[in-house]
Amino acid sequence: MTIHTTLSRRQFVVSTLTAAGGFALGVGTTPVEAASLSVRPWNDDTTHYPGEINAWVVIQPDDTVIIRYGRAEMGQGSFTALPQIVAEELECDWAFVKPEYASANRNFRENKVYGTLATGGSRAVRETGVIVQQAGASARERLIAAAAKRWNVPTAECEAAMSKITHKPSGRSFRFGELAAEAAAIKLDKEPALKRPDQYKFIGRRLARLDIPLKINGSAKYGIDLEVPGMVRAAVMKCPVFGGTLKSADESKIASRRGFMQVVKLKDAVAVVADRTYRAQAALKALPIEWEVGAAGTTNSAQFRKAYLDALDQKGADARHDGDVDAALAKAAKVIEATYDVPIIAHAPMEPLNAIAHVQADRVDVWVGTQNADQALTFAAQASGMKPENVYVHNTFVGGGFGRRLGPDEVAQAVAISKAVGKPVKLVWTREEEIRQGRYRTQAAIRFKAGFAADGTAIALEMRNSAGAANPAGVKDGIDPQTLQGLINAAYQLPNYRVISMLKNTHVPLGPWRAPGHSQNAFFMESFIDEMAHAAGKDPVQLRRELLAHRPDFQQVLDVLVEKGDWGTPLPAGRGRGIAITEAYDSIVGMIVEVTVKNGQVKADRVVIACDCGTVVNPRGVEMQLEGGMIYGLSAALFGNITIKDGRVEQGNFDTYPVVRFKDAPKTEVYISPTPGKRWGGVGEPGATVIQPAVTNAIFAATGRRLRSLPVVGQDLNGAV
Amino acid sequence: MVNIIVNGTPHQVDVEDETPLLWVLREEIGLTGTKFGCGIAQCGACTVHVNGQAVRSCSVPVKTVAGKQITTIEGLSPNSTHPVQQAWLTEQVPQCGYCQSGQIMATVAFLKTNPNPSDADIDANLTNICRCGTYERLRRAVHRAAALMRA
Repeated sequence: MTIHTTLSRRQFVVSTLTAAGGFALGVGTTPVEAASLSVRPWNDDTTHYPGEINAWVVIQPDDTVIIRYGRAEMGQGSFTALPQIVAEELECDWAFVKPEYASANRNFRENKVYGTLATGGSRAVRETGVIVQQAGASARERLIAAAAKRWNVPTAECEAAMSKITHKPSGRSFRFGELAAEAAAIKLDKEPALKRPDQYKFIGRRLARLDIPLKINGSAKYGIDLEVPGMVRAAVMKCPVFGGTLKSADESKIASRRGFMQVVKLKDAVAVVADRTYRAQAALKALPIEWEVGAAGTTNSAQFRKAYLDALDQKGADARHDGDVDAALAKAAKVIEATYDVPIIAHAPMEPLNAIAHVQADRVDVWVGTQNADQALTFAAQASGMKPENVYVHNTFVGGGFGRRLGPDEVAQAVAISKAVGKPVKLVWTREEEIRQGRYRTQAAIRFKAGFAADGTAIALEMRNSAGAANPAGVKDGIDPQTLQGLINAAYQLPNYRVISMLKNTHVPLGPWRAPGHSQNAFFMESFIDEMAHAAGKDPVQLRRELLAHRPDFQQVLDVLVEKGDWGTPLPAGRGRGIAITEAYDSIVGMIVEVTVKNGQVKADRVVIACDCGTVVNPRGVEMQLEGGMIYGLSAALFGNITIKDGRVEQGNFDTYPVVRFKDAPKTEVYISPTPGKRWGGVGEPGATVIQPAVTNAIFAATGRRLRSLPVVGQDLNGAV
Repeated sequence: MVNIIVNGTPHQVDVEDETPLLWVLREEIGLTGTKFGCGIAQCGACTVHVNGQAVRSCSVPVKTVAGKQITTIEGLSPNSTHPVQQAWLTEQVPQCGYCQSGQIMATVAFLKTNPNPSDADIDANLTNICRCGTYERLRRAVHRAAALMRA
């Protein structure tokens, strides 16, 4: 296997301990026509190659097409999907394509040439897709112009296909690699038009993911797998009461342990540095530590739950008000009311947070699997005092993100520890640290009121919501649009509709949890819509159809769900079917779930998912994200519960923070039914939303018991209420 | 000093007897395909074979496997040709991929004891966690691998 990418000095010094992780693995597994990814998909060289046609596309003399990927690969597949979009316009041979991560350092130095590298909001394809499509088209036209110039013929006589430019009248051709350096120097009068969807040959194909051959043999490199010469290793514990500080750590108690090097005291954390990770972890466990925890050290979950529920009675801020809800409720023939709430939950990605940092006099290097290389660069600069242009973040494969790795706390810690010890340091969090030092989904409560006319028509919907703001900078006039996602922009149309927001934060740090806002709000909204249907004596699908009469795209997804999900057909006693649908990240996703409730235990047997995400780049990629998002949301619905006692998280590992396993995972079918001509919808997150209310709606159908809190586990499901 | 045999190669490692096998593999021998996920044998990301049986290496003291045959994902096959790996490729199972070494190793051992499992058998016997939620594809891949191995 030829290594096409230019290896920089930095890449050479990152070594593996054995040949097992070398480049050679994966040979023989990749179909010959496929593009390929390196097990180390980053390129630290920030110089411009001669064949760099634009920041996104480099064509080397041997025809290798390096496509820069300006997001992270954490399993969502866009390391394949975005290059697929480039190749559509570039007309290159897919076999020559070698995607690599865009450089965060370069992104800083060149004024965000790649936009944001942050990988959240289901934005990789949704936002970057059209940018890289244009980059591919632009590169193609410049290759054509370079060829036309050499032949001295009109560009209209030239055509690009399979990494060649051909002069149609004469049949002469040049390989892309022969033209790239000249093409790079060509300025186009105007950017070429993009292909119409009916011209797509590559977008829409069920291509194999490029990272998968590296993920079936252990060769893909995650941050936790890397080695740097001279590296030492660290374990860390941050004050278990959020916001607390380190008071003391008695180093003498662990000083004689084998491999021990030093204790590094940070303001709010303590790290043990040793020659091996397991020795650092064991020494940290044995280290006597005292914390200053402050007033937060007396708080607990019961207080917080009451506080969020009590906040529903406070005066809030109108986040949306259509019509006049008070007047409509006053004249309604029937009014129903219900209060819901959810606890905080953690992300628990499979790869515990980790980072390697090397602080030197003139530069800082960080090797990390992060969702947010831009932010990692900023954090590293802050923690080291280095100018951002001298910070190099080398992003690796990411062992799950789900929002947790958007706020790279591990990077700031690793940099601070490296600075203190004067060596490269690999910091690895324990699972316990990951669960206890999360950036959690907010606790939230909501009270709905719905009014119906005498004929059963829903005429008013009011919701009072108390939740935290994960991003305080996004709050304006007491309103955090992110935490209200799915409420302020719900598709349901009622003449009187009001969302009142009571923002409430505690000492618990919050962050985006796969589909932030939408996640808990889909549970709230879609459960209450179900309640409204039953109150009005209507089928839950029927009420949704009425409230979404203005949205043919929703009707179409409902059609698919009803047909494929066998809606309305009988189920045996103890089983029930629930439905939920929402619009998130420019995609419409609906699910029908069948559950069995037996001896107070719930099992989701079957899930049917229907989705309109507009343009589909890779159908299998869409299916995988919806399947996986559904399971992620199912874990939250069935089990997700982080509790606080004495100001600190009580759970610590998968024994106390259970998640879905094989035995809990339903049979799953996905149906993609895009509305033609629509925008490119995101699919990484929507799946995690509607599964939650679909399950509780199915439990209601099976038992008559309406669950207004999550998680399901621990609640009494024996008999109807 | 502990003597272990990993993927057919003997190694002498200078570690404390109670050191988890996981960390010996990752940090002494340099085989990083076996992953650290939880440290308490809950998630299975660290699954390897000891004399052909699946174990969760984060909770196996290295001393207890001295002299035994240890197989990691790197030693499962040259060039990813094991039927379980091939099934994973065909079914396009991995997403983030971090748990998949463990899933594959658990499946290889499981199919030795149950060469033709039902879904219920899979659910009852495979307990590794995947946070990306690839279970539907995992099940399909287990069936495909079983069929390949019976063929």
